[in-house]
Amino acid sequence: MSEQEIARFIYREARLLDEKRWDEWYELFTEDGHYWVPLTRGQPDAEYHTSLAYEDKLLLRLRIERFRRVPPSQHPQSWSQHVLQPPEIEAATAEGWRTRTAFFYAEARGDAMQTYAGTVLHELVRTDAGPRIRLKRVNLVNCDAALPSIQLFI
Amino acid sequence: MNRYRDNPAALAALVRDDAVHRDVYTDPEIFRLEMERLWARTWIYVGHTSQVPNPGDFVTCDIGFEPVFMIRQPDGSVRVLRNRCAHKGAKILSDRSGSAGRFLRCPYHNWSYRTDGSIAAIPLKQGYEGTSFAQCEAAKGLAAVATEEYRGFVFARLADDGPSLRDYFGESLSSIDYLVDRSPVGEMEVAGGVLRYMHDSNWKMFVENLNDTMHPMAAHATSAGTAKEMWADKPADAPKPMAIEQLVPFAGSYDFFDNMGVRVFENGHSYSGVHFSIHSSYAAVPDYEADMKRAYGEERARDILGTNRHNTVYYPSLTIKGAIQTIRVVRPVAVDRTLIESWSFRLKGAPEIFFKRNVTYTRLINSPMSVVGHDDQQCYRLIQEGLSAGGNEWVSLHRDYRPDEREARDLTVNGTSEISMRNQFRAWAKFMGAA
Repeated sequence: MSEQEIARFIYREARLLDEKRWDEWYELFTEDGHYWVPLTRGQPDAEYHTSLAYEDKLLLRLRIERFRRVPPSQHPQSWSQHVLQPPEIEAATAEGWRTRTAFFYAEARGDAMQTYAGTVLHELVRTDAGPRIRLKRVNLVNCDAALPSIQLFI
Repeated sequence: MNRYRDNPAALAALVRDDAVHRDVYTDPEIFRLEMERLWARTWIYVGHTSQVPNPGDFVTCDIGFEPVFMIRQPDGSVRVLRNRCAHKGAKILSDRSGSAGRFLRCPYHNWSYRTDGSIAAIPLKQGYEGTSFAQCEAAKGLAAVATEEYRGFVFARLADDGPSLRDYFGESLSSIDYLVDRSPVGEMEVAGGVLRYMHDSNWKMFVENLNDTMHPMAAHATSAGTAKEMWADKPADAPKPMAIEQLVPFAGSYDFFDNMGVRVFENGHSYSGVHFSIHSSYAAVPDYEADMKRAYGEERARDILGTNRHNTVYYPSLTIKGAIQTIRVVRPVAVDRTLIESWSFRLKGAPEIFFKRNVTYTRLINSPMSVVGHDDQQCYRLIQEGLSAGGNEWVSLHRDYRPDEREARDLTVNGTSEISMRNQFRAWAKFMGAA
């Protein structure tokens, strides 16, 4: 795949989130895929250190099902907008790609809006159906700050 | 406005036996008085001794409006000092934690202090000759705060006078014992990072919620209830992922939470889960249980491992979960703003699965990205906004009220009683100076 096609995949991934097309987004992950928002800079692992989020497909599915049932905290609903820089491909191997994408993220709810910035690292696996996400790691620039509820997927 | 400062009767009128006035949650003057009185006269959690292993190591925090820090002394003790340069008032330490070495130095004019707060050096000291400096407050250095420790938990009391830590917490300290004694060597250390979750609601809504057993089946139906449904078609003996094991019990029935029981103590302390709790059904770890029996003897080991208290509230600042080795610390910021810190502990001498469990739990439940936390926080926020409505200025705490509870110093009742909240407000009135 070309750099452009990889970039298109990453743009689409963010767009599916902003459009709340969670079922399609979920299918972008491999069966052993994870969505990770570390709590500290350079955090080496998620099992022996707390994270803001570290979700396997079971927990991603739970979050999606919960949204479908409209939980108390989604009155009013939250809406997101990802603004991405062009992804840098850090590694390309026979197995897949590792990319780094700087981003701004806004999450709006009612009259309030929060904004975050950071870098998202994707570990992508080649499959017959195209790239799939083994790890989406969201490194927030203020990961260790006192944060309010962040309700959607960054 | 000073409606309450000099009016003990008006303060007293805010707390009925079975209801409280909305001003306790929404009035900025009440919040200021809480910080000056309740948060100054009681023992407030500062940190754990494992965070400051070496002399000069420090941790900073605020107690109410006042910046303080705890620091390890050369003799091994831990002191809490006010984080204010004796000279012009700058905070001496601005990092959340670190090591000062042998001396603390103010960045503004290089006044330096020993770790006990006494002045070590002032540049051009001769400039103070012939002045009253030696007799003034500044010459005393950094002001100390009453500090006491219980099994590694360091508390401070801003007021010079008041009950000792043991008198203030009394029998409720057994929850700390049950937490620490889950280590076969009776020791633990802070590890795994701190989650800092900013709530846009009054601190008491969070504290009250810890033993509010009537909300999980409502507020958490879309998270825990969904997890329960997702797992419903699996065979009973299928190994449960840790997340399922931890989330599903939140979807327990009214009977489950009622049978858990709640126990209250003098001065606002309480715990639910007297008989069992949402933490009772985690998978057993056989080798560890053998180690525990060797360390404590059969009977005490069974007692420790069979005690799965839900949340213990050390009123007003600390809540702990012994069975899962996590604590949450309450740091009020404003009348409608509260920082909740979630810390994890590693049990020394115990298998890593326990640490993995508590890291998983605190991420699932206590993170700013938690699906459980979001709905709690939403409900607190709705109270904060809803209390502005007229027509009813009172918050009902009537559930299972009984007149004999007013004088009780240690009482166990059914788990869905709102007794823990009433008990908190009795302590509130006492320490606020309500007549």
